[in-house]
Amino acid sequence: MLDLYVSGQSFLHRCPAGVKLLVLIAVGTVLFLFNSITPIAVATIFAITLYPMATLSLARAWAQVRPAIWILAILFLVQGLLVSWHIAVFIVLRFAALLLLAGLVTLTTRSSDMIDAITRGLHWLRPIGVNPGKVGLAISLALRFIPVLASVTRDVREAQQARGLERSLVATVIPVAVRMLKMADDISDAIDARGYRP
Amino acid sequence: MISIQNVSLTFGETNVLRSISLELSERRIAIIGANGSGKSSFARLLNGLVLPTEGDVQVDGLNTRDKGKDVRRKVGFVFQNPDNQIVFPIVEEDLAFGMKNLGFSKAEITRKTEETLRRYDMLELREHPAHLLSGGQKQLLAISGVLVMEPDYIVMDEPTTLLDLRNKRRIARAISALDQTVILATHDLDLIDGFDRVIGFEGGQICLDGTPADVIPKYKEMMA
Repeated sequence: MLDLYVSGQSFLHRCPAGVKLLVLIAVGTVLFLFNSITPIAVATIFAITLYPMATLSLARAWAQVRPAIWILAILFLVQGLLVSWHIAVFIVLRFAALLLLAGLVTLTTRSSDMIDAITRGLHWLRPIGVNPGKVGLAISLALRFIPVLASVTRDVREAQQARGLERSLVATVIPVAVRMLKMADDISDAIDARGYRP
Repeated sequence: MISIQNVSLTFGETNVLRSISLELSERRIAIIGANGSGKSSFARLLNGLVLPTEGDVQVDGLNTRDKGKDVRRKVGFVFQNPDNQIVFPIVEEDLAFGMKNLGFSKAEITRKTEETLRRYDMLELREHPAHLLSGGQKQLLAISGVLVMEPDYIVMDEPTTLLDLRNKRRIARAISALDQTVILATHDLDLIDGFDRVIGFEGGQICLDGTPADVIPKYKEMMA
């Protein structure tokens, strides 16, 4: 399940969305400049300690990494077997730190504030045909509909299990896609009905 | 008043609505009919979500063809599935969406958000993720999202279809307390108890039109 904004009064909650996004981009870039495991380990521990400082539990920190655990495990094994175990730890820690920091920004920032910040930040792209308002709305819809997509997928799987089909990717993907496309039509009507003009 | 003049609607080869002419001036109007009878398409015509293939729809003199934005300011629309209507992930952000589109100030947005959520005993849910609300709460949020835009008319397309009995009653109470003119497309005949006018659709045409006392017994006979 996607974790969204958790209300609170910590300094991270009060920090402007634009600042948090810029810091995230900067830290994300800096993490890729290090070649040694020590600064990456320090960054990961620092990212974890920020959670209690933002009045968020460590369980919530773990919830940010858990969905990617299989990808991290595969990455760890491949790097360990093909390169070295030292590099494997280094790469996995770096990804974990990034996930924790990105999760922290999402959990402490209202999506409307984040979208306003992104819309302002992309304003300079308007002359080349990018509509920042549309980009902002697309991000908001993605955040809103990830849990809905998960729920639709669960419904379709349950319906198939009830009819004796235990696992079939095609039989899941097609009905989910059809339902989401129908939903997309309704959502576009709903956005229109609520006075949205790009 | 909403005026429908000789309206037909065609999707591809299918005639969804045929030569409909009506004046809607009552405060509570119900649209009933079997699945595929054209009632949802008719509802969508009323705020310009769908434009007629022939004829005109006018809301207080504004034609949906060329004044769509102004019409949608006047006519709010509540969809069957609230999940398809809630655009933002957090309750109060979703309420703010329509008001921002209409250029309300930040102070106005805050005031109206609180006022509307309090009205439906949902104030404590203002920072709650929308996807974690119950079905009834989601539908109340969808209705709230329309109400904050201060429309004169509210069109609802089967708003209780996905709800249990308790939530249906909750929505029915919310509808009856609305100050606006309500045009409600529904299968739920209990929901239209006390309405001023009921219009029945069959095969894209009006087959019944009158008070609930006149229309509902005939409709039940038709559906038997």
